[in-house]
Amino acid sequence: MPKVNGASLLRGLIGTAGLLVVLEAAGRLGAWDTERLPLVSTVLLRAGELLADPEFLVSARSSLTTWAFALALTIAIAVPAGLLLGMVRPAEVAVRPLIEFLRPIPSVALIPLVILMFSETTHMRITVAVYAALWPVLVNTIYGVRDVDPLAKETLRSFGFGPASVAYRVVLPGAAPFIATGIRLAASVAIVLVVTSELIAGGIEGVGVYITIAASGNRLDLMIGATILVGLFGILVNAVLVAGENRLFRWHRARTEGVT
Amino acid sequence: MLELVDLGHNYGSYRAIDRVNLKVAQGEVVCIVGPSGCGKSTLLRSIAGLIKPTGGTVLLDGKPVDGSPENLAVVFQDYSRSLYPWMSALANVSLPLRRRGLDKKKREAAAMNALDQVGLSGAAAKYPWEMSGGMQQRVSIARALAYQPKLLLMDEPFGSVDAQTREELEDLTLRVCAHHGMTILLITHDVDESVYVGDRVVVLSKAPGTVVGDLPVQLPGPRDQIHTRELEAFVRLRAEVGRLVRGITPYRNTHGYGVETR
Repeated sequence: MPKVNGASLLRGLIGTAGLLVVLEAAGRLGAWDTERLPLVSTVLLRAGELLADPEFLVSARSSLTTWAFALALTIAIAVPAGLLLGMVRPAEVAVRPLIEFLRPIPSVALIPLVILMFSETTHMRITVAVYAALWPVLVNTIYGVRDVDPLAKETLRSFGFGPASVAYRVVLPGAAPFIATGIRLAASVAIVLVVTSELIAGGIEGVGVYITIAASGNRLDLMIGATILVGLFGILVNAVLVAGENRLFRWHRARTEGVT
Repeated sequence: MLELVDLGHNYGSYRAIDRVNLKVAQGEVVCIVGPSGCGKSTLLRSIAGLIKPTGGTVLLDGKPVDGSPENLAVVFQDYSRSLYPWMSALANVSLPLRRRGLDKKKREAAAMNALDQVGLSGAAAKYPWEMSGGMQQRVSIARALAYQPKLLLMDEPFGSVDAQTREELEDLTLRVCAHHGMTILLITHDVDESVYVGDRVVVLSKAPGTVVGDLPVQLPGPRDQIHTRELEAFVRLRAEVGRLVRGITPYRNTHGYGVETR
């Protein structure tokens, strides 16, 4: 789990602010045509305004819902599958080549196919996002399960617990930090794929659709403003999940960092 | 209560233990001692039902062991791996009690009681990684005690703690187990410890491990780390066990003291 402390956070903020100031100054000094590419201050202002714009909010809500569904579905599929493959070695050996074949296929390349498969755009978007988000959760879960100490499992077995109890009480909590990392990665991947599928396949609602419409109206300020909000959402989700991991899995960090 | 009949186990072509025969009576504390690689842990795992021995039988109360038997608990050497780091000491100790069909309240009460017996009632809410090695092994012992097994297996239980903690834990085990009337099978490579803790010391040979000595320990109780260890009987017995462990043929010395070997 990446650890963010106050000093590094402050430095990051200073760096970002510095870059924005430089860009703003360059724009004002006439480095480019600000009619075409708006100033930093204009974009930031638009981004703020978008948060109160009903049209944008409808799109944002739609994207958010798609993303949440996609992530939930990803977890519902990949965690049980990963637990199974992690615990049952022959199953993992049998499925491994298939995983290695499917995993590198870019989800974006599947969009045209998926469009033909689903008449409902939301289903299409969810499918594309799940396809991409599945792998980090699946692979992390498998590794997490493998990482569970055999002695931890034997201890419970020696007290007469059966395989199902051992899976639920030792393997699942033991693998949980890895699973959480997989979910955090999947959350970011799913954001990218939801917006990408909206951009490529179009539709009625969605931040990607909003950006496409802004582009057709030559509104670069709105395009960049909306894009910045997507990025900020990604940072927010990541920060919340990291904080959750640090809180829930203090034991894991204590162990891996050797703090006793 | 425990009987091993011609117990043997091979890992592929490697024979870890070979025709081990042993009878342990109810309430006895038996120490199994042997050189490293004598298959001590294989023996323990077979009894605990964690591996299926390739030969012979384990009888517990006259019934053959199949899978992990009821009324048995194991304390492993590696407390840091056998305790669950995501659980507090209390939760670790109360977890196995689910097998006893107790409700949460009763489980926690029993766990608190066990932690109290090992002197850790103040640390119930602590996590294993917040504790010293000795404390963690106390939690492991408490976990076994709370379960109230008829047979307690201990696999080098004090092998990973410092010498002083080791002595404390030896005494703690003797005291608490006498109190519960538990039968204990303790596996160790430490000759001193086997004689100090055991009512009987069983010596295993180098792999393939088999019983080469079975000595009753007749030392006055309660045992004491200083007095017991300076008794002539203790010193003599320790020497006998030491010879057996090193594979030196036992002999009768001028005092006429001898060793019964099988």
